[in-house]
Amino acid sequence: MDPVFLTFILMLSIFLGFELISKVPSTLHTPLMSGSNAISGITLVGAIGSAGGGFGQLATVLGVGAVALATINVVGGYLVTDRMLAMFKKKEDGK
Amino acid sequence: MNTLLLINLAYVVSAVLFIFGLKQLGSAATARRGNFISACGMLIAVVVTLLDQGIVDFRWIALGVAIGAVIGLLGARLIAMTAMPEMVALFNGFGGLASLLVGWAVLYEADHATFTLVTVALSILIGGLTFTGSMVAWGKLSETISSKPLQFAGQQFVNGLLVLTILAVAAVFITDQANAELLYALIALSFIFGVMAVMPIGGGDMPVVISLLNSYSGLAACAAGFAVNNIILIVSGSLVGASGIILTQIMCKAMNRSLANVLFSGFGTVKTSTTTIEGEINPIEAQDAYFILEAASSVVIVPGYGMAVAQAQHVVKELQELLEENGCEVVYGIHPVAGRMPGHMNVLLAEADVSYDLLLEMDEINTRMPNMDVAIVIGANDVVNPAAKEIEDSPIYGMPIISVDQAKTVFVLKRSMASGFAGIDNPLFFKENTRMLFGDARQSLTQVVREFE
Repeated sequence: MDPVFLTFILMLSIFLGFELISKVPSTLHTPLMSGSNAISGITLVGAIGSAGGGFGQLATVLGVGAVALATINVVGGYLVTDRMLAMFKKKEDGK
Repeated sequence: MNTLLLINLAYVVSAVLFIFGLKQLGSAATARRGNFISACGMLIAVVVTLLDQGIVDFRWIALGVAIGAVIGLLGARLIAMTAMPEMVALFNGFGGLASLLVGWAVLYEADHATFTLVTVALSILIGGLTFTGSMVAWGKLSETISSKPLQFAGQQFVNGLLVLTILAVAAVFITDQANAELLYALIALSFIFGVMAVMPIGGGDMPVVISLLNSYSGLAACAAGFAVNNIILIVSGSLVGASGIILTQIMCKAMNRSLANVLFSGFGTVKTSTTTIEGEINPIEAQDAYFILEAASSVVIVPGYGMAVAQAQHVVKELQELLEENGCEVVYGIHPVAGRMPGHMNVLLAEADVSYDLLLEMDEINTRMPNMDVAIVIGANDVVNPAAKEIEDSPIYGMPIISVDQAKTVFVLKRSMASGFAGIDNPLFFKENTRMLFGDARQSLTQVVREFE
């Protein structure tokens, strides 16, 4: 795809990210961090192409490594965030 | 062509789900749903990617996913809540390394157009430094290596040289059509840079480092997205990158330091204060603390990293309940950089089942502080240090603090008289209304709790 087009997308997403996150209460800083870290595991999508694309041995090995690492990020990140958020309770419904 | 269209449309859906998910993560009531929505977005993105006709062999993908899923699952289930900062650091590092590998693999897939090579070099650099930087952060947080800032003479010079070398190697790598030796050199340099960047940063500055590395892991995914020409990577990566930068800014502001100051100078290089603080320390026993607490009608608890170390969050909650039964109002004052990662104290107290609406942010608690009968400082030091307001040549002067000294009585739970992470004397300990309760925070609190029973 056109590099300029991709850069355009990049710029808009960064601004969107700033707008989305700017007002998060500090209670949620850790879940926000681990939750967004899980999203950065999106590299998995790129890694799948390398691991299964039949680009030769080295590319496959690198791809499989990337798939495994990114999956740790995705699975671990979402689960641990969920585990944390499950603990955040207000008193009324807490006990 | 139709499959490609379908895949790209599904990516749009994923991006929308990520955006909604992040938005909902911003409010406690909807955060859990937000995380679920964003996970759904991820699932859609991964499943449709598997439909790509360019994929000829699924066995290796399955192997990678299986390995990663098992490790991720076990990690997320087994990790203790107190070890959460290390866990986040590790995950950041894995994300960075994954992006590095994706960028590297592209060299064997696509043409070596200049633009591709630039993006590959960026994926490797950002991914590599995120990886080793996170590993060092992990080591410091888990105390596998010393959490003290490691500095040496000429550090700035060495780092400057390193940056120049990286730029030069990257430039030749791009113009020389991805020469293999330069590739390895680039990877090695990015690894070294990550180590050099995090080594000089001490334990107390870790909230900044973790959120910055979080941002880098997103940017690495973003760079990998450019390398493999995939919009969903670019969009999601930059969302994460932006959110990490915002968190970093919040942390820096809470320490009244610029990002450059945190990254390039540990507290060690800051001018040392010439003012010596003199005064008398008033130690107190658990029993006397109990008498004061029993008479109090409002108590604020200010936790710090020491509470995490002593694992005192559960006994804190016990004390809170006893005080509440006694008709006393109990709230918590949470400093944004208390602990080792953003929101560290909130997670620990949530684990102990403390209601999150009792956790007040710094500004809110400070306005109420003069009306508080007792402020209990548990393992916090620099974030309650009045030197930040009173002593102009103090290294932390200007840092916003929780003004516990304005409460009628302050209990400071402390292991010994050693100064805090920043190595700065704390005039709070010498104030007339301060009482020091020496010993392990958990044991001291347990004694106080026993007095109630």
